Amino acid sequence: MLVAGQGCLILALGVCFYGIGASLYGARTGRREWVASGRRAVYALAGATAVAFVILEAAFLRSDFSFAVVTSHSSTTTPAFYRATAVWSSQEGSLLLWLLLLSLWSSLILFATRRRLREIAPYATAVLLGLGAFFAALLVFLESPFDHTIGPVPAEGVGLNPLLRHPSMMIHPPMLYSGYTLFAVPFAFAVGALVARRLNADWIRSTRPFTLGAWFFLGVGIVLGARWSYSELGWGGYWAWDPVENASLMPWLTGTAFLHSVMIQEKRGMLKVWNVSLVLATGVLAILGTFLVRSGILDSIHAFGASTLGVPFLGLIAVMIAGSIFLVASRAAELRSAHRLDSLLSREAIFLLNNLVLVLLCLAIWWGTFFPLISEAFTGHRASIGPPWFDRFTVPLTLMLVLLSGIGPLIAWRRATAANLRRNFVAPIALAGAVLVVALLLGAGEHPDALIMFALAGFVVGGMGQELVRGVRARRVMAREPVPLAVASLVRRNRHRYGGYLVHVGMAVLFVGVAASSSFADERDVELTPGASARVGGYDVEYVRPTSELVAAPNGRLERIDFGAVLRVTRDGRSSTMVTERSFFPSAGPMLGPVSRFFEGEATSEVALDAGLRRDVWASVAPDTRRLEPRVKEGDKVFAEADDAGALPARERDLLLAEALRGLVRSYTDAPPPATFRLLVSPMVTWIWIGAIVVFLGGLIALWPSPRTVGRRVSAAYAARVGREARVPA
Amino acid sequence: MDIVVIVVVLVVVVLLVVAPFRRRGRAEVEESAELAELEAARHAKYREIRDAELDHRTGKLSEPDWRALDRTLRAEAVEILRRLDELE
Repeated sequence: MLVAGQGCLILALGVCFYGIGASLYGARTGRREWVASGRRAVYALAGATAVAFVILEAAFLRSDFSFAVVTSHSSTTTPAFYRATAVWSSQEGSLLLWLLLLSLWSSLILFATRRRLREIAPYATAVLLGLGAFFAALLVFLESPFDHTIGPVPAEGVGLNPLLRHPSMMIHPPMLYSGYTLFAVPFAFAVGALVARRLNADWIRSTRPFTLGAWFFLGVGIVLGARWSYSELGWGGYWAWDPVENASLMPWLTGTAFLHSVMIQEKRGMLKVWNVSLVLATGVLAILGTFLVRSGILDSIHAFGASTLGVPFLGLIAVMIAGSIFLVASRAAELRSAHRLDSLLSREAIFLLNNLVLVLLCLAIWWGTFFPLISEAFTGHRASIGPPWFDRFTVPLTLMLVLLSGIGPLIAWRRATAANLRRNFVAPIALAGAVLVVALLLGAGEHPDALIMFALAGFVVGGMGQELVRGVRARRVMAREPVPLAVASLVRRNRHRYGGYLVHVGMAVLFVGVAASSSFADERDVELTPGASARVGGYDVEYVRPTSELVAAPNGRLERIDFGAVLRVTRDGRSSTMVTERSFFPSAGPMLGPVSRFFEGEATSEVALDAGLRRDVWASVAPDTRRLEPRVKEGDKVFAEADDAGALPARERDLLLAEALRGLVRSYTDAPPPATFRLLVSPMVTWIWIGAIVVFLGGLIALWPSPRTVGRRVSAAYAARVGREARVPA
Repeated sequence: MDIVVIVVVLVVVVLLVVAPFRRRGRAEVEESAELAELEAARHAKYREIRDAELDHRTGKLSEPDWRALDRTLRAEAVEILRRLDELE
């Protein structure tokens, strides 16, 4: 099916070029049938890409090693779930997934707007197909997933990278890619609105679900990545300001800014230049994020020179930036605001400030991410920036952001009065003060940043709670409903508002977790022998005994060696047992001996984690395998001599190798060497995951479409009111 | 098998993109497009009116500001309804 897959990709590329031409011709001449044909080219692109994706997915599931990409990223011993998701662990498969998601989201928005936005949609179609053509061309000419394996088809593949054998890691890429590709939709419609000079809020309303969806999926992807880092990588953290992490955070920040500032355009006709610039920047940052993930540019500057994707991606980004600047500059007159800011004490001003903080955060992260490349370009040597640099800028900006997320929903539109400020701010400030006092009493005073964050979170939660209570009261006065029904009705009828408030609460909870865990964590790296113990964060951690195991796949193939430790954790007389392991996967390197290759390949950590609302106890082990080295070398030598003599049949050789490895594994537990442990007691990490769940619940509420029946009833009621009052002169 | 898959996909793609040329001149589609656009604007305006009212009830819009904003929004809603009536 290699030819069929490649054929579908070529068809996809062709249909992109046709659709671009048809849409632009239809838009210029006003011939609707050409516009409709261009729109249908997007559906055709989705169909052809879906067929190509299914062919590739089937090849992975069947372990068809005639596909080069299957040979290099899967094996018969890879479990079926990971075989299905191994498609996007490869460069080629992930580009195909990008194209598939882009074409599906594009089809959805163009179908939804097929009878609306007539001036804008054809240009947006051309932009979406232009992006589709770019990725289809990469797949056809540079990174085809349908290349045949060089030489004879092997009986076994290399297998999936062990680090990726984690459920959240396999869901994480589709989430990120959904976010990136969904941001292409508002980008394309913004370009369409600028080209067609239709710059009212219609395109914003139509694309809002897609912008919210992009924000939602990208956010879920970011949190899943953080969770994977915490539970799978052996360093104990959830965020390292890694370039790839930063790449996903930047468009999320500008997208968040856009979701807030469009409200001002919708309500007051202001900030049109800012909004359109934000959404264009978000689109560019989404492509930049994909570029950083796929090119490896920031892992190695030399890899950039050798990368086949670097130059085309840079070309696309340059075109997107230059085109965006030209369009915004040439439409400056049409983008002039209808109103001015009435007062600095208003919701508009707070939203604007919130936007500035989000954009400053994005700029600081951008600078820190690209500084190694910038420094190399100017000085010839590569300087890197670590977490302390990022923290210096992001901590104060995040504190400011949380404060603004509390003020924004409470302050009045246009101009706040003293009475408004008193009425809305007294209770939340009182709660913030109470939280501050409690935190001081609990000893949080030594970390002022964390202390301020706790108080600000109290302010946000107090403010949102007050908003809900007042909304429910108003609803009960109007509808005489019991409290639970009033809450449900209020939220159902004002999904954007209360979904947004829940997002603010979730973010406050999440940042409380970040502040507490980063300020008050107790971490130690210790070397222990069995029976020895160490004290960390008020816990006694005893290394009880080592563990070891040679693990074989169901088909008998030796898969990995696990060396681990059983730990006993004691505090205040109460004990619990935890197990941590380090797994060693064999390398495919042809120069390594049959025994040593098990110690020279990828290694993954299985951390020990006792998570709770108050604190997490976390441990990882780094076994010292140096004592095994003489036996490993001896084993390699024996097998090399046997291979040279040709004395061992393959089956017998495999059995002897398994026996030799079992002996090595046993020797680790029989005479255990000291092991190095990273022990971490970190308060309130669980609050980060709970906060994230609350954020996404709020996002879902805001995203959920209103039921049609309710919409009709509400419409009818308002139509009657509008009709009545229309007879009264203003 | 490969060729069959490619031919089937090609035929479906071609049928999909040429379909609009085979059923031209459907004026009612154009008319319903404008209708749909106005309906969307009507819903958005009603949401703005509801939002303003809730802002007023929860203390974020003063009485005079809310009345002024409400009058403007309702006038805009009436204009949309008038245009809808003209179409219907």
